[in-house]
Amino acid sequence: MELWFTEEHTDNVTFSIKVDRQIYSGQSEFQRIDIFDSLEFGRFLTLDGYMMLTEKDEFIYHEMIVHVPMAVLPEVKKVLVIGGGDGGAVRELVRYPNVEQIDLVEIDRQVIEACKTYLPQTAGKLDDPRVAIHYADGLKFVRSKKDEYDLIIVDSTDPFGPGEGLFTKEFYGNCYKALTENGAMVNQHESPFYPKDAVAMQRAHKRIIDSFPISRVYQAHIPTYPSGHWLFGFASKKYHPIENYDAAAWKALGLKTKYYNDKIHVGAFALPNYVKELLEEME
Amino acid sequence: MTHLTQESAPVLEALNRYKSMRVVPFDVPGHKRGKGNRELTEFLGEKCLTVDVNSMKPLDNLCHPVSVIKEAEELAAAAFGARHAFFMVNGTTSAVQSMVMSACKRGEKIIMPRNVHRSAINALILSGAIPVYVNPGVNKELGISLGMSLSDVEQAILENPDAKAVLVNNPTYYGVCSDLKAITELAHKHNMLVLADEAHGTHFYFGEGLPASAMSVGADMAAVSMHKSGGSLTQSSLLLVNNELSEGYVRQIINLTQTTSGSYLLISSLDISRRNLALRGREIFKKVGEMAEYARAEINQIGGYYAYSRELINGDSVYDFDVTKLSILTLDIGLAGIEVYDILRDEYDIQIEFGDIGNILAYISIGDRILDLERLVSALSEIKRRYAKDRTGMLSQEYIRPQVVLGPQEAFYAESEPTPLDQSLGRICGEFVMCYPPGIPILAPGEKITAEVLEYIKYAKEKGCFLTGTQDSLVNKIQTVKE
Repeated sequence: MELWFTEEHTDNVTFSIKVDRQIYSGQSEFQRIDIFDSLEFGRFLTLDGYMMLTEKDEFIYHEMIVHVPMAVLPEVKKVLVIGGGDGGAVRELVRYPNVEQIDLVEIDRQVIEACKTYLPQTAGKLDDPRVAIHYADGLKFVRSKKDEYDLIIVDSTDPFGPGEGLFTKEFYGNCYKALTENGAMVNQHESPFYPKDAVAMQRAHKRIIDSFPISRVYQAHIPTYPSGHWLFGFASKKYHPIENYDAAAWKALGLKTKYYNDKIHVGAFALPNYVKELLEEME
Repeated sequence: MTHLTQESAPVLEALNRYKSMRVVPFDVPGHKRGKGNRELTEFLGEKCLTVDVNSMKPLDNLCHPVSVIKEAEELAAAAFGARHAFFMVNGTTSAVQSMVMSACKRGEKIIMPRNVHRSAINALILSGAIPVYVNPGVNKELGISLGMSLSDVEQAILENPDAKAVLVNNPTYYGVCSDLKAITELAHKHNMLVLADEAHGTHFYFGEGLPASAMSVGADMAAVSMHKSGGSLTQSSLLLVNNELSEGYVRQIINLTQTTSGSYLLISSLDISRRNLALRGREIFKKVGEMAEYARAEINQIGGYYAYSRELINGDSVYDFDVTKLSILTLDIGLAGIEVYDILRDEYDIQIEFGDIGNILAYISIGDRILDLERLVSALSEIKRRYAKDRTGMLSQEYIRPQVVLGPQEAFYAESEPTPLDQSLGRICGEFVMCYPPGIPILAPGEKITAEVLEYIKYAKEKGCFLTGTQDSLVNKIQTVKE
């Protein structure tokens, strides 16, 4: 039997994974949710046919979106995760004993339910007592918050669907307002490689630099995302991701990671020239 | 004719039949179902171009309908509770003009509020009818013109017993309604026709808990912008006729100015949208009302903005309010509506309907999603956080009582000369000056230019309103009637 999952990375490029069997399929109010088993990448989750995560490579994304800001900010007690219904970011966050409260805001209840049932590798810590799950539109949730969070993680889908509002200037401005004076926001920043993704990436960058005094972009290699070259944004009110990075303090926590380490932390902010140019065009 | 129900769409069905016949076209349009204009076909799509066709026997003729357009118009009349409905393809502007010109001939009077759309006063230039303006009250806090109070209309009727008609906005751009039922009864008692400009009122015919529609209270004619809340294509509209008015005469008036090449894209969009409204209008507008209500509550929670609604109702100049309209006062954050309008577009990629001196209007329709409303609300919250300032010095809009010296037609065609704004005080205006949108004239032909008017024009220009109507595109000069 030949059963393949295929995602169009552009009109002319596809990416396929051989599927062993389909585990789950559902249509929520917002999107279509599918979960498959594959031999190469283990179990994987797609939304509206777009790859969200695979068991094999999700550690890269989740470690990079969590440990980079956690190693920079001095004392993170209260965290807001927007999107991220798969639970991967929460799983990394709960490893920090200082974190007292994590608000997870996911618009789609069905995503969380499906992940809890079928993706325990990422969703396994959603029941941690420090985690409160809010089923709401992230844009709306953050609007009423002021000076409240030390860290906001924007773990969104692409800006073409329910995640659209999480790439807007009004959203980044609201996040700024919701952060404490020491706070920072980290976001899934799309890819610089294919033109359509690059435009979304540039637009997001422009809107973030308009809202935050410090804004830096870092990268990671995620095999199952378009082009494999993925970016994250680090935007903050006060702390610089490298100048204020305390490698020794983070190492002292003794957290075991598969991708992130102190050299990667600094190196990830070194960007290829073409990416630097794309970003500078917006600055 | 077999009995048609609201499930049918005669023009749509005829076009589909016509397409399936694969007729070889040796008639206009010359693009021949798109084959002669590849770039246009690529842009608009082949489906669209194949129905951009000419009038012909199986498809009827808009100027003199006898078959499928006639049936479609009959279905529309039934859906709107009118005696007859005309499909209009030159915009609601032409519907308003046809309505006025059907009611009044040269020199005859028509009673209307001054906050009419320019199309109504244009009709006076074309027909030579003379306006009798009724002062629409102004809500001082909001700076918006309201509806006409019944006693003001009565006074105008008693003072001008020879007037032929009363024109009523139902509702205004902002959603305010006059007591159309009482005005209609009063006007009919004095043998005057009642014409309703329902450019913003299509949904009144289908939604529940909305203000009364013109046909439901016995008004004689109504110009209904199907392309606004009704969902049809831009420029398509309906002219509804009731009571004793001669359908044939109204059609002659329409045909004076309407194209003889009525677009089947527009005509079919009217037919399809009428069916949709008749079958699903009630639930559609229930949802629209709920979305507007939600947005209003959220915006009022931000503070500094006032999204108003039915609490404005005062039984007279605000007899009713259209809750699907999301009108918002912005002055308390120290920004003119037009400034908020510009920031929303330039910085947040959000396009709203219009901004005036003190208000913005966001148009909510069935095409909206709650997710998009969240963007609007969040952007307004951000604009307040980033730009709010003291409101001192913010001008609110006052009603400027027009001083009509000449009839609009006489003034428009009189010999006139370009006059710099600051030298125009006291002269008679020969053209329009208005902010667009909303397109309500600040000055109309035949009105005296007063200091108040000049101050208002200056302020509107300063705040970035888009002024139009004058020959001088920069509105530095104004045509005044030669003395």
